[in-house]
Amino acid sequence: MSVLVIAEHDNKTLNEATRAAVTAAKKFGGDIHILVAGQDARAVADAAAKLDNVSKVMLAESEPLGHKMAEALESLVLSVAGSYDAILAPASTVGKNFMPRVAAKLDVMIISDITAVESADTFVRPIYAGNAMMTVKSSDKVKVITVRPTTFEKAGDGGSANVETISAPDAVATSSFVSEELSKSDRPELGAAKIVISGGRGMGNGENFSMLEKIADKLGAAVGASRAAVDAGFVPNDYQVGQTGKVVAPELYIAVGISGAIQHLAGMKDSKVIVAINKDEEAPIFSVADYGLVADLFKAVPELEEELGKAGY
Amino acid sequence: MKILVPVKRVVDYNVKVRVKPDQTGVDLANVKMSMNPFCEIAVEEAIRMKEKGLAEEIVVISIGPAGAQETIRTALAMGADRGIHVTTDAAVEPLAVAKILEKVVGEEKPDIVLLGKQAIDDDTNATGQMLAALLGWPQGTFASKVEKADGSLKVTREVDGGLQTVAIALPAIVTTDLRLNEPRYASLPNIMKAKRKPIDAKTPEDYGVDLSPRLEVLKVAEPPKRQGGVKVESVSELVSKLKNEAGVL
Ligand SMILES: Cc1cc2nc3c(=O)[nH]c(=O)nc-3n(C[C@H](O)[C@H](O)[C@H](O)COP(=O)(O)OP(=O)(O)OC[C@H]3O[C@@H](n4cnc5c(N)ncnc54)[C@H](O)[C@@H]3O)c2cc1C
Ligand SMILES: Nc1ncnc2c1ncn2[C@@H]1O[C@H](COP(=O)(O)O)[C@@H](O)[C@H]1O
Repeated sequence: MSVLVIAEHDNKTLNEATRAAVTAAKKFGGDIHILVAGQDARAVADAAAKLDNVSKVMLAESEPLGHKMAEALESLVLSVAGSYDAILAPASTVGKNFMPRVAAKLDVMIISDITAVESADTFVRPIYAGNAMMTVKSSDKVKVITVRPTTFEKAGDGGSANVETISAPDAVATSSFVSEELSKSDRPELGAAKIVISGGRGMGNGENFSMLEKIADKLGAAVGASRAAVDAGFVPNDYQVGQTGKVVAPELYIAVGISGAIQHLAGMKDSKVIVAINKDEEAPIFSVADYGLVADLFKAVPELEEELGKAGY
Repeated sequence: MKILVPVKRVVDYNVKVRVKPDQTGVDLANVKMSMNPFCEIAVEEAIRMKEKGLAEEIVVISIGPAGAQETIRTALAMGADRGIHVTTDAAVEPLAVAKILEKVVGEEKPDIVLLGKQAIDDDTNATGQMLAALLGWPQGTFASKVEKADGSLKVTREVDGGLQTVAIALPAIVTTDLRLNEPRYASLPNIMKAKRKPIDAKTPEDYGVDLSPRLEVLKVAEPPKRQGGVKVESVSELVSKLKNEAGVL
């Protein structure tokens, strides 16, 4: 049994989601290899080599791989897929983009966004926005899987694997990278933050999000949002938490001016402690909140900042 | 240019589904069904391309039970030109859907296949990518903007860090994200007109694709229930509870 994990990274640092995928891979038993596909990504490969239970790291570099182009990733992964019983990647927008291509080429069904490995062929995954959990048994020869990072422990740094350089496939002529516009922030990444504070339509406009940012900076938290807040242009798309946005499971999730639609709950209901601030006491968000505060957010949020200050933040 | 839009009939997004007591699936009896919201966005985008004179014909296809015909009619009422209904009562996995679509692409020869990024029932997010791989086509997934250039598309994609723009040569696959557009409602006259638009009736056998599932469903269970907690009276009580009771501050 051997399992290939495809690392998530930004060419500089190894993304924490990779650690979750390695933990999922460990449940198969057998060898774990990591593939780092990128450009000038040596540091990522070195970090991957330290992960627990990893026995080999492969590094492939090219311009299209540096931009995570799906077509390039597909051919690279297919070029090494032959010897593996399972291929895993974090269920990020990168993994979701290229892994189904790999699966189709191997003539196997992708198993998306798994939350548990029951055995080497049986997995649990959410369906219907997490309102049902489906256990599936795969009859395919190779399991091609994306892993929901929030439900697996993060593998530690107890390993010392070798890094082997492999050649990247030739670029395909039909697709090319044009540009990117990445949100810049000194705050932690949404998926990895211990505390997340999210705003919804109730925030009223984008400027008002600065109230949440101030609290986030005090607490070392990430800022998220509901779809309505993103659609209204208050904040960029990558803030969206939910069924079709990001899934988060921090120690503390603070929902401000968010009603709690099932699509939003799908992205945050596994948080350890949930706080809701909403002026409507009937808002569905209160049905999942450990602590609910019925209040006008424009009064409560500045107060929260002040109280946190008093508490030493 | 010709655009093929695969549309899926799913449980309406407003419905909170219930798991059947015997854990064989979710209860779909008397549940409101609708077009998958991401497919609506795909239909809308195709119509806008046609309205801009970029496309001449929009063909919609749905693979599913008899009811899927209604979903095709909805797309026709929005402005698509004709439909293909591949009738089956079986649950068809994205891999099999992609294989049928591959055959349909061979017959119809579209320049673009525009799909939803995700069906909100199975939440797989894979069919477009699988089809792209089977055809050897480039893809622009999770699109929030699609622009036509000479012989190619410029697709702006919603990714975890923000936005990425790629150029893909035609023919190509595009899958839609929420911010691509806001789908229109069909007007009454267009609903009437749609009744006369043709829908080709097909079966999976017509395409010779093996639909047998690769994933056997062993069980469909309720997720762990989350209990609502307490209401706090003030912000100071909240902070004190988070510190002393929950221990998260
Ligand atoms: C296909 C599909 C996918 C979707 N995916 C997602 C997703 O991934 N993530 C997501 O979040 N949504 C998603 N949605 C949208 C979802 O259904 C809801 O529309 C959305 O979550 C609502 O956002 P909201 O709670 O901010 O807005 P609203 O539902 O409008 O709620 C605003 C809340 O703010 C409160 N409020 C207003 N003013 C104040 C004030 N001054 N003080 C305190 N409270 C106040 C109100 O009482 C209300 O409860 C999706 C929908 C579809 C159809
Ligand atoms: N049975 C089907 N019939 C037509 N289109 C489908 C079907 N299943 C999936 N699709 C298309 O593939 C997209 C993604 O679905 P999925 O990969 O299942 O999340 C949908 O938005 C549709 O455009």
